[in-house]
Parts: sequence; structure tokens; C-alpha cells
Amino acid sequence: MTERHAPSRRELLLASGTLFAWAYLPKLARAEGRDPRFLTIVLRGALDGLATVAPVGDPDWVSLRGDSALTLDSNTPALKLDDFFALNPAMPNLHRMFKANEAIVVHAAATSYRERSHFDGQDVLESGVEKPGAIRTGWLNRLLAGLAPEDRVGSNGGRAFAVGPVAPLVVRGPAPVLSWWPRRVLPASDDTILRLLDLYRHTDVNFARVIEGRTKLSAIAPAGSMEQKPGGQIAGPDLAQLRAYFAEAVGTAAKFLAQPDGPRVGALALDGWDTHYNEGIATGWLAQLLGALDAALAAVQENMGPAWRETVVVLVTEFGRTARINGTNGTDHGTATVMLLAGGALKGGRVIADWPGLKAENLLENRDLKPTTDVRAVLKGLLKDHLRADDRALAADVFPGSDDVKPIAGLVTSA
Amino acid sequence: MTPNGGAQAAKPEPAQTQQGQQPPPLPVQLVQNEAKVRIEAAVAAEIGFVERLVWFWSNHFCVSADKALSMAGAYEREAIRPHVLGRFVDMLTVVESHPAMLFYLDNLESMGPNSVAGINRDKSLNENLAREILELHTLGVRTGYSQDDVTRFAKVLTGWTWVGLGEPNHGGEFVFVKRLHEPGEQTVIGKTYPDTGVEQGRAVLADLARHPATAGHIAYKFARHFVADNPSPSLVDKLAKSFTDTDGNLKELAKTLITAEEAWTPERTKLKRPSEWIICALRLTGAQWVVGRVMSGQALLGERLWRPLAPNGFADDESTWIDGLSQRVDIASEFAGRVADRLDPVALVETGLGPLASAETRNTVARAESRAQALALLLMAPEFLRR
Repeated sequence: MTERHAPSRRELLLASGTLFAWAYLPKLARAEGRDPRFLTIVLRGALDGLATVAPVGDPDWVSLRGDSALTLDSNTPALKLDDFFALNPAMPNLHRMFKANEAIVVHAAATSYRERSHFDGQDVLESGVEKPGAIRTGWLNRLLAGLAPEDRVGSNGGRAFAVGPVAPLVVRGPAPVLSWWPRRVLPASDDTILRLLDLYRHTDVNFARVIEGRTKLSAIAPAGSMEQKPGGQIAGPDLAQLRAYFAEAVGTAAKFLAQPDGPRVGALALDGWDTHYNEGIATGWLAQLLGALDAALAAVQENMGPAWRETVVVLVTEFGRTARINGTNGTDHGTATVMLLAGGALKGGRVIADWPGLKAENLLENRDLKPTTDVRAVLKGLLKDHLRADDRALAADVFPGSDDVKPIAGLVTSA
Repeated sequence: MTPNGGAQAAKPEPAQTQQGQQPPPLPVQLVQNEAKVRIEAAVAAEIGFVERLVWFWSNHFCVSADKALSMAGAYEREAIRPHVLGRFVDMLTVVESHPAMLFYLDNLESMGPNSVAGINRDKSLNENLAREILELHTLGVRTGYSQDDVTRFAKVLTGWTWVGLGEPNHGGEFVFVKRLHEPGEQTVIGKTYPDTGVEQGRAVLADLARHPATAGHIAYKFARHFVADNPSPSLVDKLAKSFTDTDGNLKELAKTLITAEEAWTPERTKLKRPSEWIICALRLTGAQWVVGRVMSGQALLGERLWRPLAPNGFADDESTWIDGLSQRVDIASEFAGRVADRLDPVALVETGLGPLASAETRNTVARAESRAQALALLLMAPEFLRR
């Protein structure tokens, strides 16, 4: 009927990422001589799990998705993971990591949320609390706030850091925050900062904490070492800029995590996964987005250097999308989806799935992939085995009300 | 032809460009021209309250220029601005049938599975618009509607689309196309609506506008935006009652707000959003501005003009924006460095803050090492950052 403004969806993403990382060292892991790194990437908008990791061995797969179904023998063949699952062809780096036993796919996963609001879904995912809107803090903040103060790293202790001006809920909470962002304007002088800090200390403690964070961060990141030249353009994003933005935001997180005295745990959010219209699974929009994400994962591996072997990156989204394609070659809001894990610390090369099947009677409400794994079970398993969080804290503070959700054991090599 | 090529009958003025550069593409010019008018209105307003109402409703019913590039400014001007002192149901009906919204929330090609076009082309619904109307625009999330309500409402809205953009006289205008429309009655939130074509959707919208959950939802968002992140229940109740009693008269809603004692507490609890703070800086200093610079300033602070990341718009709470203060310092310094020469920052403390200025702020500005630093510190003073 009408042509669309082709680049429009590709313009959704810029300036959306936000990264926080905590300058805490996980104490128990350190006692074992380990120095684990943990990066959480929240994919906002609901990632189509079936388009990311396709169940090519399911006899109902092709009839369910028709021409949109990824297969091993199409023009752009999916990348085989095992006898049942195959990865979107836009993700060769993740495929390489998987084959090197450095990546895990968890399929048919979902949080406890069963409605279909993005914003409530993100709230449940990032807060770690079953009731949306019930709490204004995130599970990652509460995890780290629970560590004893003496676990902090020297002078940089007790702070998160951020890429971009807006913090995602997953790291919001009582503990203070550092923020980093690509410089586009020249920074204010140190003298101005000190005067402002002095003013805030007498008038507004919340503002003072933000400015204190800025000064602490510069101690971790020597001037210029993390930054692009000032004057870069923010307007007019296109696909190349999108890829550059993903790689810069995620890759910079890795640079900070790799520093000897840097933070160890971080998170950021990447928006734009809400594919209602002309989804472009194998060659279009979604493929381009996944390709940008794949390149960002490669940047993490590269920038981590030797620390990659102690790294876990977890990619999560608020829920999945409808099992079937909708009326406009896209997918509407669904339920179960994939979690993607990457990093040298993983016992990888596996797809973890209690596969629910794709026949109409197997779908949730004859509509969505049915969830069989709780996202919290995966996160709790990683936090327990990788960061040595204790069971009581995980069930009481980090994911309240999750006593019945047992951590999945054995996801990392050192466990 | 694409939507950014001519969905609106635009009368472009020359866009602002730097010397020696090619003018930007027409859709970018359109957005810049619309933005310029919007910023001019806000900077020049003697009393900015009505402009603030435009901004509030534009964010409540947001579209994104990332998708509907050339239409984003026109959308605000056509669908929002005329109704901010009018009736909610009128704004709602215009918003949900505006081409920018139909495009942004993917309704243009949604078709009833039993419609003529749906059968011929074996195509069906896209439920995005119906869901967000219920969740974001009217009732609010968790107010009792079901997935079935969403699906049936999506069927009601099939056929709400635009005239093909290649059509020379009316391309891009709203049109109801019967052959896309799902035939038959539909039940939405317990009420059955006969198939009256485009009127079926208008009837659902009219009932949504009068639903008690909508009054509560709007009242809360209104109070949170203008008064406090956690507004007092008594204020929210007053606003909801006003909304209900006046059948969604938004002028009365605004009057209820500014006459409520809860709106006049001495504490300045709201952290200005980046866009508000930038306008305040321009009003305080009277500085010359160019639209591209204002827009990139907002973008750097995470609030790209007319480009929210999702249909829920920009957040309205301190926790979202406070970490960006560190970036604001840089922008304040850069801005002050350009404009402070001809200004007297100490006098501006009186102009801008008057009795609100704390002794600490007065001292900090007075003792600064330069006019530029003094102005930057004033723009970053807590009393100036909050409202």
C-alpha cells in the first residue's frame, strides 16, 4: 500500500545505552584467587527469541513461521548450534564463541511476568521483583549493596559508573553512581567542578553524589584514554553509527571492567527491539540489529584482553514475541524468549532448553512460546557461581520471593 | 514516495545552516523549522504555563521523529496544541487518527482477518496501537483490560490508515478504509460496539476517555509532572475529580492544578528535565540561540527532541535524570563561555532566582573567578535545576 521511510527503524537506537558498573570486588571469589567480571545488557523492546535462535529441528517450525522461518538451507542459512537449534546468521561472533565453549543459549526463558506491557515487563526484569512498579531499585544494585563495605576497591569504591545520561532501573538503588559518556563537548574545568561540589555539599546531597562520582571516575580512566574526540555528531544516526554506538558503549564497558582497579560488575541497556512491522529476521532490520550486537560482543572480547577468561556477559530482554508472524510481517508482544550468555568463564557450547514445542496446544494462549525456564534461575546461578553471592541474599534481597526458583548450577567453569 | 517526502503540506522556510554547508534534507528541515517555532514560543512566553501544557501532552501522546521524521513537529502542532485547553476526548480522537500516530504505532496496514483485504491477502492484525492506547494513553497499565480486549480493540481500529502518499491532493491524510476493517461488532472492556465503520473506533475512544481509570491515570501523570515525583493522593484525587466532573475539560484540569494548595508547597521537588532546563537558561540570559544547538544539547542530555525511545515518552522522575547532571555541567560551562561576556551573573541571581536563592548560591556565584564560571555555577545551582 505504501512505502515506508526505510531508515526509520534504524534511527531508533542512538543515545539509548546506559552503563553502570560497580567498583566492588566480589569478596569470596577473590579469596579463591579469581577476579570475575560480570556485564548485564538489557535489550529493551522485547527480543524475538525464535528469530534469534531458531528451533530448526522442531517439525512444526517452518509451518509456524512460514517464509520468515530461519532454516539451515535458506539463502542466508542459520548458523548451526546443535542438532535442534541454529543461530541467526547475523551473529557469527557469538557462533564462534559458542563453538569455543564460550557461549550459552537459554531458550524458552521468561521472567515471572505474564502480561504484555513493555514497561511493566522491563520493570519486573530490571527490578527483580515480581510485582511491576513495586520498587524503585534494581537487582544488580541490591546485589552489590549487600556486599560488605570492606569489599570495595580502594579509593574508587562503592560506586557505579554509567555510559549515557540516563540510568537503567537494574542498577538504580541506594548506592551511588559514576557516569561515563562519550565526550561531545569540552568538559567543565576542574575548578568549576570543585566549586560546584562545594555548593552542593552545603545544599543538595544527591547532586553532590553525582558530581563526586564524576571526579572519582577520572581516577580510573586517565584523561583521554576512554574518549573520542570532542565534536562528534549525535544527530542523524544511521546503521553504521548504530553499529559504532553499540560497539563503543559495550566495548567501553569492557575497557573499564578490564582495568586492574576498575569496576567488576556493570550493566547497560540497548533499545530498539520492538519489531511489530517488517521485522527483517534474516536480512532486514532485526538482522542488522543482531549484527550490531554481535560486533559489540566481539568488542567486549577484544577489549577484555586476558580478563575475558574471567568474564560473563548476559543479554536479557523483558519478554519474547508472538510465535507466529502478525499481519504486517512482524511480531507482537509475547512471552518466552532467549537469554544469551557469552564469556570465557562460561562452561559453554550448550543450548539449555526444556523445549515446550510449537504446536498450537503447546503455545501459551495459542500465541506465545511457552516459558519453561525462569530468567531468575539463570541469573541466580551466575551470581552464585561466578560472583559467589549467597543463596540467602539472592532469595531475600536480590530476587525477593524467588525461594522456589533454584539457581541453575554449573554455568561457569570455576563452579 | 516516503512519509518524510511529503506527508504534510509543508511550507518550509529556509532551514538554518552553517555557511558553506549543503542544506539538510527536506524532512530534517521540516523538523528543525517546527522545533524552532516550538522553542521560540517557549523562550518568548510571558507566562510559560500553556507551553508547558503542550509539552506535557505531547510527551503523554508521544510519537518519535526517529520513525515519523517529517511529521513529528506537525503532529504536536496539529493534534496536541489546539486541544491543551480543550477536551480530552477531542485530543484523544485527533491523536489516534493522526497519520504520525498511525504510522508510529504500526496501524497503517493492520487489517481485519475477515476483512476483504485481509482475506484476499491472507493478512491480519497489528495490535501495537490498540495496546498502547489502553496502556499508555487512556486507562493505564494494570487497570483490568485483557489480551482479548487488546485484540478486539485492534480489530476495531483496522481501516484507520492514511491515503497513499503518492496521491497528489490528499496523500498522507487520515482515511478510513472499509476493505481493511474487520466486519462485525466487537466487545471491548465489557461493552459491545456495533460495526459502524470509523464510528466504531470513535465510540470506543469516547468511552475510554470517560472511564474512571483514565481520569486517575491522567490525574496522576499530571500531578507528577507539575508538582512532585510522588504527588500527594489528595492532589491526584482533586485532579481526577475535576477531570471526571468536567467530562475531561483540560482547561479546568489545569485550573484545578494551579489553584490546589498542594501545588504551592515551598519545597522545589522536581528536577527540571534537560529540555526545561535549557529553555530556562535561554530565558534567563536572553542569549541568541540556533535550533540545531538547542536540539543537540537536549540530545547530549538524553532527551532528544521528539525522539523518545519508546511510546511511554520521556520519564518524569528525578532518578532518571539526576545522573545526567554531570553532563549538564559541561554544557553549562560551554554555554556560559559563549554568552557570559555581556551579562552580569550576580544580577541574574536576582532576576532568575530572587528570594529563592540561598546564601550559598549567592556566595558561590559572587566569588567565581570569571563571569563565565559564575554563570555556569548559577545555571547549575540547585534552585535553578529544580522547580
